Parts: sequence; C-alpha cells; structure tokens
Amino acid sequence: MNLENLRAKLLSAARQTAPDERVPYAFEKRIMAHLVRKPAEDLFSLWGSALWKGAAACAVITALSVALSVWNFRSTTDTDDDGFETVVLAGADQMTQTW
Amino acid sequence: MEHSDAELIAAVLKGDAASFEPLVARYSPRIFATARRYARRDSEVEDIVQEVWTKAYQKLSSFRGEAPFEHWLMRLAVRTCYDFLRGHQRNRETTFSELSEPESDWLDRYVNDPSSAAEDAAAARQLLDRVLSQMAPAARLIITLLEIEERPVKEIAKLTGWSVALVKVRAFRARAEMRKRLAKIAKEKYL
Repeated sequence: MNLENLRAKLLSAARQTAPDERVPYAFEKRIMAHLVRKPAEDLFSLWGSALWKGAAACAVITALSVALSVWNFRSTTDTDDDGFETVVLAGADQMTQTW
Repeated sequence: MEHSDAELIAAVLKGDAASFEPLVARYSPRIFATARRYARRDSEVEDIVQEVWTKAYQKLSSFRGEAPFEHWLMRLAVRTCYDFLRGHQRNRETTFSELSEPESDWLDRYVNDPSSAAEDAAAARQLLDRVLSQMAPAARLIITLLEIEERPVKEIAKLTGWSVALVKVRAFRARAEMRKRLAKIAKEKYL
C-alpha cells in the first residue's frame, strides 16, 4: 500500500470540507457575562501573592545587607592595612631621620 | 453605524467593557471554526473559545494595533488550541479494530483501487480525524496548519510563536509520525 498516497488522499479529504463556523445562540452574551463577573476571592491565591511579596522584600533586604557588609569589610581592611604598615615602618622612618 | 475594531478596542481600554461584545460577535465564527479543527465535542469547543476571549480581554492592553486585530486574535486562538491539545493528550494508539465500518470500507476501497476511494468521503475525514487525534499535540497542530489549512511556514511561525526552522523540523517529524500511524493500521488490517 502506498502510504504517502493514502496520507495525501486523507489530507485532501480534510481540505475539501471547511470547518463549521456556527456559533451557539447568544454566545457573545455568555462571554460578556463571564468577563464582567466579579472574580470570587480565592484565599489561597491571596495568601500566595502576599507570601511572594514578602519573599521579594526579604531578598532585597538580604542583598542590601550583604552589599553593606562587604563594603564595610573592605573599608575596614584598608584601614587595618594602613595602620599595620605605619607601625612596622615606624622604626625605619626614625632610622632614615637619624642618618 | 458599525464601529471599527480600533474604535471598539480603544473604548474597552478606556473602561467601556460593553464595547467588547461586538468584537466577540464579529470574530467568534472564525474562532469556532479554528477550535473545531482540534476538539470534537461541543462542550470542549465552547471551552476553548471562551478561553480565547477571556485571554483576549485580559491581554487587550498588549495589542499594539500594528497588525489587524484578527491576526492577534488568531495567534491567541491557535496557542489556546495547542494548550488544549497538550492538556488532553492521549497516548493510546489506534488499532484496526477501533475503526468504524465506513472507515474500514473506505480503506478497503482505497486498497483495491486507490482512484475509486472518494476524496470527499466523510469516512476519509473521520479516518484522518482518528489518526490526528492519536498524534502528538505539536504534530497535530503542524499537520492541520500546514497540510490542511495550507498556510505558509512563516505564517505558522507567527501563529505558534515557533521559529521557522522549528516549524520545518516539526513538520518533517509530523509527516513521519502520520505515515507511521497509517502503516500500523494498514499492517493490522491487511497482514
């Protein structure tokens, strides 16, 4: 059996019939009633959205805290380095002055 | 006086929900025709069309008016039909014993003399419907758009949101899948 020919024949049969465009009576009224109907309050979705908002706020606070602590750590390290250097080289400075 | 699509859409976006009704009345026949290609039961068809209009109403602000409203709406309709197919996917394969008598007779006529099997026969359409209903959602969608509705590949890419290359690949696979399913039916019936 030539399957490609059979496939073409079946598709040709489908092409020859346009699908039905019939619309049920007053369908547009039904759609409008559905669209303007006030959505029922869903407690779970309300709770879920509040939870997501809370999670987003927590993430922002965490990011800010991390950024601040990193920045603070760097500036503290820089100060310590300067102090350490001053102490270590204090003797050398004095020696230079003596010479 | 009949308002244009643009006027009605502008009115809806300003808060006049009632202006949406003429749009529903104007384009529902086309959406029903599209939905009937993918769903058989009336209740399923109505659910699909209702879903399309609900999405259209909710996303109306995203319609920019660069293309006709009908094109935008048809994209929504095709994607909703695809979602429907994915949600109602069946993994069952058609066996010869499931064919109805007219379908089986049509296939006999085709095997005996391919030219005598009428192309406009209802049985042929039923048989095709049966084969399509067993195919993967993407394959069914692509066969319908490309082979039955004879739309160009670029248009299918716009309707489905797939790239042109993906449409071509899926079309190739869909044709192969269809041949495979027809071969299975033929093998059971005649071997």
